[in-house]
This record gives sequence, C-alpha cells and structure tokens, in this order.
Amino acid sequence: MNNFKVMMNGIVKENPTFVLLLGMCPTLGTTSSAVNGMGMGLATLFVLVCSNVVISAIKNLIPDMVRIPSFIVVIASFVTLLQMIMQAYVPALYATLGLFIPLIVVNCIVLGRAEAFAAKNGPIPSLFDGLGMGLGFTIALTLLGAVRELLGTGKIFSVGLLPEQYGMLLFVLAPGAFIALGYLIALINKLKANN
Amino acid sequence: MKKLESSLKNMLLVLTGVTVISVALLAFMNELTKGPIEKANAKALSDAVSMVVPGFDNDPIADKKIQTVDGVDYPIYPATKQGKYIGAAVESTSMGFGGELKVLVGFDADGNIIDYSLLAHSETPGLGSKAAEWFKNGHKGSIKGLNPGKASLVVTKDGGQVDAITASTITSRAFLSAVNKAYAAFADKDAHRDAASGATQNVVEHADSMAVTKDSISIK
Repeated sequence: MNNFKVMMNGIVKENPTFVLLLGMCPTLGTTSSAVNGMGMGLATLFVLVCSNVVISAIKNLIPDMVRIPSFIVVIASFVTLLQMIMQAYVPALYATLGLFIPLIVVNCIVLGRAEAFAAKNGPIPSLFDGLGMGLGFTIALTLLGAVRELLGTGKIFSVGLLPEQYGMLLFVLAPGAFIALGYLIALINKLKANN
Repeated sequence: MKKLESSLKNMLLVLTGVTVISVALLAFMNELTKGPIEKANAKALSDAVSMVVPGFDNDPIADKKIQTVDGVDYPIYPATKQGKYIGAAVESTSMGFGGELKVLVGFDADGNIIDYSLLAHSETPGLGSKAAEWFKNGHKGSIKGLNPGKASLVVTKDGGQVDAITASTITSRAFLSAVNKAYAAFADKDAHRDAASGATQNVVEHADSMAVTKDSISIK
C-alpha cells in the first residue's frame, strides 16, 4: 500500500468520524461552530501525526506488555506541548478550545492509530496515516460544525447566510449534534452506496 | 532490530526512560512558553481594560488594587489621565448558568458604566454566550451609561430596567449581579480613597455634595 493510498484511506474509506465512529466526545462537544470544529480537528491532527511518527520509530524498543502506558505517555506529552504552544501563541483559539485540548489524550482515534497502525508500520507510512486520519477528522468536524452553525444560528464561519431568527437553537446544543451527525452519516452512506 | 522482550528489567527501564524523556521535554517547553503565555494573558487583560475605560494615560494594570467586599476580592484597575482620575475597571465574578461568569466592568468617575467585557464564561453557546454583546447594544438590554449606585441593575422580569437575553434569564441575572458587585467594590474603593487622601476632587459627585451638607450643618 503506497503512502498516498494510506492517507486517502484515513480521509475517505476509514474516516474516523463517519465510518469508524471514533472520538465521539470531541466530535459532539466541540462542533457548535465550524471554526471550533476545525480548530479541534487541526489540534488532533498535530497530535496524531507526532505520536504516530514517534511511536512507530520507537516501537521496537518497547516491550509488548508495557506498550499501552508508553504510548499514552508519548501522546500525553504531545498534547501538553500543544496546549502550552497554543496558550502562548494563539490565545484566542485557546480560549475557545482550551477545555477540550487535554481531552485529546483520551481521544480513542489517537491511541487507536498508535495501536493499529504505528505499532506495525514504519515512521513514513505512519506519518501519512496520521495525516490522513487527522485530515479525515478535521474535515468531518468542520462539516458537522458548519451544518450545526448554519441550522443553529444561520451563519457559517460567522458569516451570516440566513436571518438570525431562523436559527434553531436545538442544533447548537448537544441533541442537535447527535441529530446532525446521524443525518450526515446517513447521507455519506447513501452516497457511498450509489458509487 | 528485534523487539525487546517483556522481562521485568526491560519493562522498568523502558517505562522509566519514556517518562524521563517526556518530562525533560515538557520542562524545557514550559520554560520556553512561560514568558509568551504571561504576555498573552497580560495583553488580553490590558486590551479589555482599555476597551472598558478608554482614554487613560497611566498603566491601570500596574496600579491594580484589591478591594474586599463581603470577603470576596475584587481586582480594581484605576484609570487616570494627566493625573486626573477618570474611572476604573473592576473585575467581578458570579455563578452563571454553566459555571463561573467573569466580567470586567468599566466605570467613569461618577460610577456610570462605560463598557464591559466578558473575560471568561461557560454559558450555553448561542444563548447565554450572547451576554458578550447583548448588554452593550443600543436597545433596552444595554447597561451602558447606567449607574448601579442609583439603582441596582435588575432584569425587567424581576421588576428592573434591563432587558434580559431572550431565553437566558439566568445568565442575565448572573451577569447583572456581577456588575452590581463590581460597582459595590468600585464605590467602596472610592470611599477609602477619600478617607485616605482627604481631598481627591472630581472623584464622586455625591461625595462632594455630602461634604457640602456636612459643612452646612456645622455652620448651623
């Protein structure tokens, strides 16, 4: 499997949100607007790429029985790094996403890819796997955020498309996240079936 | 390279090694980002202060005072222009719908609200989060120019004069209570100022008028 295929696999065929249904907590929690969804997606992308590369590079040094704690330490270190960097250089984004950044540690996509891909492949394919999965997650979160923002407030990326009074508040709140996600998955499955 | 065996010695060594490396890395990054983080936080605060009490030429953050009212500390950032006191920004918190609501309120020297800034909140997005703008727009919900010293700010639903955010009465109440508390701290601070320095003119008008009545009594 070449690297491009590995990457596309993460974006389309095994999209973490729409196909694998992994990492639902940040997916539902952070997508109240398109910008928030995208920010969370990109933060996860960064952690995923770094942890995948490092874990695949050191996989032979880690005895099997302690691999999960070792992976978690690596992932948690990168998340903390990211948190400090964001707090220092993009405080505005940190103010909106700050609460969710530490949750990347327990995002099952990151540990899942470490276990299922990085622990079995070399650093280069792992890099592309991390990129693909991260992009797939980012696209899914941005899409979901955009749908919820449009239906909830009539805006996309804070640009007003519909008059605000047509916004259905339900979609900004948690139940709307489930409903919107359900319909998006249904739509994607339908499109896939047609192909 | 062959995979390391899961012997006790290997496991201990590897886990310790991984932890030591990541601790070292994090400690290094912590040192590196400490400065910028402090700067970013200070900038966010000074931006908020210059928004709520514009036109000062001192450094309100450096002149910060802590005022305690009912056992709660309120940071106050006094603003002066050419040595003349023009108002202060007061930080105040209250319990909102989703958690703590932290607001910075700017008062002019007479206690009228100039502007405010929502520093931190965890209100419902799309509902309570509107508090960031709602109370400054030019409609009945606006608190700009009001003076909590004359009448405490209360939402219309509770018989007050300020329109609550649609469908977010709890947030609105919490917000107004934070503003009222901020005013209490602000007014208290002035009282202390007067007591301490004796004559700081143009601080609060009613303080002056009180002094006048006192004088007239003593004349009688």
